[in-house]
Amino acid sequence: MALDKPYVDIPGTTIFDAEQSRKGYWLNQFCMSLMKAENRVRFKAGERAYLDEWPMSEAQKQAVLDRDLNRAISLGGNIYFLAKIGATDGKSFQQMAGSMTGMSEEEYRDMMIRGGRSPEGNRHLGEDGDAQPQHQPQGAAGRKNKEA
Amino acid sequence: MARISASVYTSHVPAIGAAIDHGKTGEDYWKPVFAGYDFSKQWMKDNKPDVIFLVYNDHATAFSLELIPTFAIGTAAQFKPADEGYGARPVPTVIGHPELASHIAQSVIQDDFDLTIVNRMDVDHGLTVPLSLMCGQPEAWPCPVIPFAVNVVQYPVPSGRRCFQLGQAIRRAVESYDEPLNVQIWGTGGMSHQLQGARAGLINAPWDNAFLDRLIADPAGQSEVPHVEYVREAGSEGIELVMWLIARGAMSDVAGGPAPMVRHRFYHVPASNTAVGHLILENG
Repeated sequence: MALDKPYVDIPGTTIFDAEQSRKGYWLNQFCMSLMKAENRVRFKAGERAYLDEWPMSEAQKQAVLDRDLNRAISLGGNIYFLAKIGATDGKSFQQMAGSMTGMSEEEYRDMMIRGGRSPEGNRHLGEDGDAQPQHQPQGAAGRKNKEA
Repeated sequence: MARISASVYTSHVPAIGAAIDHGKTGEDYWKPVFAGYDFSKQWMKDNKPDVIFLVYNDHATAFSLELIPTFAIGTAAQFKPADEGYGARPVPTVIGHPELASHIAQSVIQDDFDLTIVNRMDVDHGLTVPLSLMCGQPEAWPCPVIPFAVNVVQYPVPSGRRCFQLGQAIRRAVESYDEPLNVQIWGTGGMSHQLQGARAGLINAPWDNAFLDRLIADPAGQSEVPHVEYVREAGSEGIELVMWLIARGAMSDVAGGPAPMVRHRFYHVPASNTAVGHLILENG
């Protein structure tokens, strides 16, 4: 019998469940290794060589090299683990979270100061809120795409 | 006999810890957050407990994917602040209470809750930020702390109902301890926030405030709310709020006592990506 997953119809949201965790095990464990200062130094000195020490898929390695957090999450990454890459890069959690929306750092920060993203239209896939797939990327990047 | 005198609830945003550690609490962005805890710091001085039982979650710090305990109780003599990738926070080492922690572990496990017992563990911002918010920047924390880590990172996380029932078992455990200790129980994390994907930055102030109302007045009802409502309404990381139900379940009204007194309530948006909520409830 299939597992009950009532959370798959929420837009822009990946729930880190047992299946995602299994897919992302080595990706997340690689991230965990960056908690040690000497590993951060080795990673920064040669990212590709460091990643090749881990039994990760090529797609997972490329997502890390590209710092594409959305892709990394779709491949089993979890944000609390991926945040170790951001810490290695000297990025704040707000910069990391914002990077997944397509908004610039300023646009995302301003959205938070204005009270954050509204849940209206963002509860179920098929609605029309700003987190829906048809409205990506968000911010100036998205407006530029529409004009082009 | 030991007793639980009060429960405290607060968000544990890492950026709040960074603001304290880097002397930014007076900046315009942070002032309104810390103003919400002025009362609380004085209240802590006036109502200093003997032990704090602190419910929080580890954020891929002490627990990687190698080991994922649903409920873990810290029974060690001390716990070091963790290096989460930015260097360890410059805060005091957390002194534990091994005697009470072991007593609670034994009692709660015999009460059918399968806790994991942890004798070596570093503690991350989930535990140290609430201490900083409530106690400021002391040389040493005011009392011993029992860390109680809940898995809210990998699904499925424990249900609200399970958390609420566990809180009731913790109250029974504390009350069966012979020494007359004054114990506070803290529930931390939340409120609405989402740190991932195109929906990052979600905040739901009406839902958060309804949660606070119901946590105070109808915690049993709130405990029946399923996970998916937290995720849909309060963001994927808003699920941390189930931990507040552990602390709420330990209050005496749940076992037939008088309703708790609401000593303090505070809500503010934003702190980084997150809505900050805070409550202090005293047993009547």
